[in-house]
Amino acid sequence: MELIINLLINGLATGMLIFLLAAGLTLIFGLMDVLNFAHGGLFAWGAFSGVWFYGLTNSFTVAIIGAILTGIVLGFITEKLIITPVYGNHIQQILITLGFMIVLSEMLKVVFGPNQLAAKTPPLLSGSWEIGDVIIIKYRLFIIIVGLIVFGVFQFILKRTKIGLIVRAGVMNKEMVQALGINIKQVFLYVFMAGAALAALGGALMAPYSGVVYAEMGMEFAILAFIVVVIGGMGSFPGSLLAAILVGLAGSFMAYYVPALSLAVNMMLMAIVLIFRPQGLFTAKG
Amino acid sequence: MSILLKVDNIHTHIGQYHILQGVSFEAKEGEVSVLLGRNGAGKTTTLKTIMGLTPATSGTVTFLNEGITKNATHHIASNGIGYVPEDQGIFGALTVEENLKVAMRKEDDAARERQEYVLELFPDLKKYWKKEGGHLSGGQKQMLSMARAFINDSKLLLIDEPSKGLAPVVIEKVMEAIVEMKKQTTIILVEQNFIMASRIGDTYTLIDDGETVQSGQMSELVQNEELKRQYLGIG
Ligand SMILES: Nc1ncnc2c1ncn2[C@@H]1O[C@H](COP(=O)(O)OP(=O)(O)O)[C@@H](O)[C@H]1O
Ligand SMILES: [Mg+2]
Repeated sequence: MELIINLLINGLATGMLIFLLAAGLTLIFGLMDVLNFAHGGLFAWGAFSGVWFYGLTNSFTVAIIGAILTGIVLGFITEKLIITPVYGNHIQQILITLGFMIVLSEMLKVVFGPNQLAAKTPPLLSGSWEIGDVIIIKYRLFIIIVGLIVFGVFQFILKRTKIGLIVRAGVMNKEMVQALGINIKQVFLYVFMAGAALAALGGALMAPYSGVVYAEMGMEFAILAFIVVVIGGMGSFPGSLLAAILVGLAGSFMAYYVPALSLAVNMMLMAIVLIFRPQGLFTAKG
Repeated sequence: MSILLKVDNIHTHIGQYHILQGVSFEAKEGEVSVLLGRNGAGKTTTLKTIMGLTPATSGTVTFLNEGITKNATHHIASNGIGYVPEDQGIFGALTVEENLKVAMRKEDDAARERQEYVLELFPDLKKYWKKEGGHLSGGQKQMLSMARAFINDSKLLLIDEPSKGLAPVVIEKVMEAIVEMKKQTTIILVEQNFIMASRIGDTYTLIDDGETVQSGQMSELVQNEELKRQYLGIG
């Protein structure tokens, strides 16, 4: 029983981190029709800048806010410089964003040095609670709660605000949104920056969880996030949460029970979903 | 009456295809100008070119005495042109209310009054206020699309084949709504149903193979059996 709960919490925590990355990706793809392979780079930048801000100020709150701001700034630069010239061309998007991913990774080494950095867990979130035989690691629970809050806030924005309505409408029919007088390029920029902020937040939360940050961590998580986007349904925000949790849990349980399959399980999940629901678990196109 | 919109010898390419090869016509304020022509003649592309969705490669579009040929679609729309596309362009997963809300550019008292007026014109929409656009009937989608284009006090409405695929009773309702909207705004209407077109149209422009063949008063076309037979296959 303790084991199951432990695996569950591990899986959920990992799932939430993947969700933070996938949420941006799915909106960027659904609305802008852009395949952004540089998204993992923003995650890694979030992780490094979080560690850096934490070291500087000794405040985890500042670290998180600093990482998010870093993500927003990088998102702005990326959209303007890298994405804008390649709207509508998937091949160019793949090439230029993969290239930019490498640039982001290398820039990390330039700015923060070539070695991995150690990441500390803030004292308040260190340690664990013991409830009977069950040991709950505080930081993991914290990640799960933050993930749920982010989901709630974004779901509220998407469902209840004008900009959210426009984003959802844009996912369904971009031409019509423009024909109603809305500057969709502006909306693209906002969505891209929001996606980058989430990715950076994910990275910053990931750092104390894994204990170290390294430049390649972005790529590893980005692959999982892409799988989640496909499983959840491209453009679907709730779909990305559900799929991320699935992938997180599958990874956690498989790593324990069938370690040999722990990497393959995500691919298997994706294959199964694609066979029965090629559009993914959710659809956003309406 | 003053000319609200003038389309002058536009050519439009889509990919490698030269779709419009010289379309010209004018829409006078307060009138319903009907674009006629067989399937594939270029009527829809003409409307899309006015909206900037498939911009003209040559020729000019003038609206309120200002060239809008190369303007971005959202500028054209917010300058006062409402668009009701052939497929209605309803956001299927959004409710009727949300579909209208996306369109509304202001949310002051005047805008709310306007919304009330539009809902009186299309009472069905009030009934299905919380229903998803994708679950409406064809006629209701058409009403919603027209309401959405009309809700911002547009000076000009472009309406593409509103009667397509609808039952006769529903067509009658759509027509009544257009006649009502005409009291407030200028309309360019694409309509294959000639009976409907001739009843509400003031002027006509006949398009064939991407070119304007003839323009004039609707009453003249009604009597011109030769033109109707040759280009519309009727009479
Ligand atoms: N996206 C497109 N790509 C290629 N050809 C197109 C496209 N859109 C329209 N066409 C062609 O342009 C011509 C005019 O189309 P359209 O304007 O839709 O005609 P209409 O509305 O009068 O039926 C047709 O021959 C159609 O096949
Ligand atoms: Mg057409």
